[in-house]
Amino acid sequence: MNIAWPWELRARGVLNMNKRNIDYIGRYNPRKFYKRVDDKLLTKQLALANDIAVPDLIAVVREQHEIVHIPERVKGRTGFVIKPAKGSGGKGILVITHIEQGRYYKPSGHEVSPSELDRHVSNILSGLFSLGGKPDVAIVEGLIEFNPVFDGYSHEGVPDIRLIVFKGFPVMGMLRLSTAASDGKANLHQGAVGVGVDIATGKGLHAVQFDAPIEFHPDTVKKLTDIVVPHWDSLLHTASSAFEMCEMGYLGTDMVLDQTKGPLLLELNARPGLAIQIANGKGILPRLKHVEAMSSHSMTVAERVAYAKIHFNG
Amino acid sequence: MHSRKPFYILVALLFIVGLSASIYRGVKHQVPFLPGEQVQSWAVDAKISFDGTGDAAEVSFSLPQDPAYEVLVENASSPGFGLSVSDAKDARRAIWSIREAYGSQDLYYKVTLVPTGVTQIHSDDIPSQPEPYLWPATEKSAAEQVISETWSRSASNLSFAQQLMNAITATKRSQNMELLLSSQTATQVFLHMLQTKGIPAREVSGLYLEDQRRRQSLSPFVEVFHNGEWILFDLVKGKQGRPENLLLWERSGHSVLDVMGGVNSQVHFSMLQDTRSALATSIDMMMNNNALDFSLYQLPLEEQSLFKGILLIPIGVLMVVFLRVIIGVKTSGTFMPVLIALAFIQTSLVTGLVGFLLIVACGLMIRSYLSQLNLLLISRISAVIIVVIGIIGVFTLLSYKFGLSEGLTITFFPMIILAWTIERMSILWEEEGPKEVIVQGGGSLMVATLAYLAMSASWVQHWVFNFLGIHLVILALVLLMGQYTGYRLLELKRFKPLAGDA
Repeated sequence: MNIAWPWELRARGVLNMNKRNIDYIGRYNPRKFYKRVDDKLLTKQLALANDIAVPDLIAVVREQHEIVHIPERVKGRTGFVIKPAKGSGGKGILVITHIEQGRYYKPSGHEVSPSELDRHVSNILSGLFSLGGKPDVAIVEGLIEFNPVFDGYSHEGVPDIRLIVFKGFPVMGMLRLSTAASDGKANLHQGAVGVGVDIATGKGLHAVQFDAPIEFHPDTVKKLTDIVVPHWDSLLHTASSAFEMCEMGYLGTDMVLDQTKGPLLLELNARPGLAIQIANGKGILPRLKHVEAMSSHSMTVAERVAYAKIHFNG
Repeated sequence: MHSRKPFYILVALLFIVGLSASIYRGVKHQVPFLPGEQVQSWAVDAKISFDGTGDAAEVSFSLPQDPAYEVLVENASSPGFGLSVSDAKDARRAIWSIREAYGSQDLYYKVTLVPTGVTQIHSDDIPSQPEPYLWPATEKSAAEQVISETWSRSASNLSFAQQLMNAITATKRSQNMELLLSSQTATQVFLHMLQTKGIPAREVSGLYLEDQRRRQSLSPFVEVFHNGEWILFDLVKGKQGRPENLLLWERSGHSVLDVMGGVNSQVHFSMLQDTRSALATSIDMMMNNNALDFSLYQLPLEEQSLFKGILLIPIGVLMVVFLRVIIGVKTSGTFMPVLIALAFIQTSLVTGLVGFLLIVACGLMIRSYLSQLNLLLISRISAVIIVVIGIIGVFTLLSYKFGLSEGLTITFFPMIILAWTIERMSILWEEEGPKEVIVQGGGSLMVATLAYLAMSASWVQHWVFNFLGIHLVILALVLLMGQYTGYRLLELKRFKPLAGDA
């Protein structure tokens, strides 16, 4: 049968959507801090204030008339990323990896004409991608030079590392690899591959695509569980210190590894998805309960990371 | 972890209040629990005729007051007469008056009655002891003999009355009884004997209700008080208890008809049985009892039908909450399916589905052209709205030309919602491809269809409008589902890979 019994899932500690919303997001994420994670521009500013590395900011487009200035701001760069500050679910992110004579090319090689670029930014400003359709601002960021260790594991896009940080403890991690199906994007629901990563070592554990376990990358046919994420300790530290930065108890941190700058914080997520459990092949609930059961602690970031590496491995 | 006790108390309270308010509605106000229920009603006409003597005339006529029947409508017609209705307790009377009355006069009183199902007549206050009847000297000893004989064979007021009735209606009566019955009617003898013993009793008049009868008269009965209840005795037929279809017309002990200034007065009744909607009947009755002071039935019909639509929304919303929280269906736009379902109610399901698909498909085609024009979002949406209105106009005209009356209902679709749907679908198409458009669009249509099926059920429509308490129950359910932390049905499939090996 293709359906699990509820008690089987409960026994395996699988967190579901309703429980996540009520018992974790509703309880640990104070409403007043939401804008710190929902507004990527604010996240960026906070991160810089807290000595957390982020991709460089090329420009912020707040008004329609500023759109015409984008080409001169990106002049001389190999590529850039345009994203809505308040976008959700990876919507509205446009990646340009190649600029040639004023013409823009997506990672797939498709050309994006200047008027299409204009329209895209205009859509962002009108709030097409933001929650509730509120007017938004567009952020133009520098391209990430991704670490060659992931060569062959990702199709066109940058692999990113998602860590669930609960009350400051990194409890579960996943590497997200883009595929042809996901059009270079690292969002699991769009077809990216998720690889569960051991909190202790950064080594791959399980992999899924479209919520189903897989062993090899669908485009490059490399064995996914062979991956070991480099700079793992530094990633754990970055993620864990995001807790102090935004004061959200149940947090998804999205990071990338830049070849020269090391781990960069891409964005934070107050409503991180549940697929990370499938990627890890286990439920997250026992770990969350473990942290909840701890008496109020005053551990430093380093202590929390060390604690997590002992208790949440495997 | 904060206590959830107050929450559950609130939910339980809403549930109980909502349910009991609905039950109260059904039982007390007799609002039928199912739509289309019918009740029997009786239309009774009383015709009073008398010959005027040329002087001032006053006619006092008792009006029915029977707990077993509720008066729905009553009116009196009496050309040239003044009419007043006295509402004295236990004795409602109509009084016609005229300064001069010559020759034959006819007065009419019409009443529509609905059975209430109450067949027993309870009385809270104990009636005062009647004055003992003074028997004429010639009958006194005979009456006393019969009374003491019967009294010795009885145990209570009730059994005395029963024994007495048996003695009066027996085929072989005692000589004493024959003597008494020679000067008085059986009813009178019975009543007087009870009064002699100080038992509260009174003569009442009843009308047998039979369909399509004319020129009927009232029949005499006696009510005997026993243990807080008036028990009916029919001395003519020798029966105790209330016969079926009997309407007690006069039960205060007074005369049915008093005419001053007229002779040869008489009253005749004709009656007709009728069936009418139980709902309309209960609303009429509430109106009579002034129970409608704060109710939707007071509103003008147009607003009522508006509310009938509005009050369906909680059902649709409940459906959406259920499908999203318990099942886990994805829809585009949270409550868009409810609004589409509301439109389906006007258009009927198949026409609605076809119309919706046609409009969205045409809209998507035109929207794909608009997307090349590189417009600002707000003007693009506005353009789509105008285009949607155009599409609706064209389809309405086309279906009119081809004689498809179903097509005309397409105007009921909410245009702004359609425009947003087209915009979202178009973006979805560009970003995630046509497959996702079909998944989300199909999900929305499925939810809309289910919401439509729930909202179009006639008993649902009946309940949400006539039993407003049901909305508190829906509120309680929605609150309860807002606390549901279990797995959604579709998550059981999604997390299947996690359930397998241990």
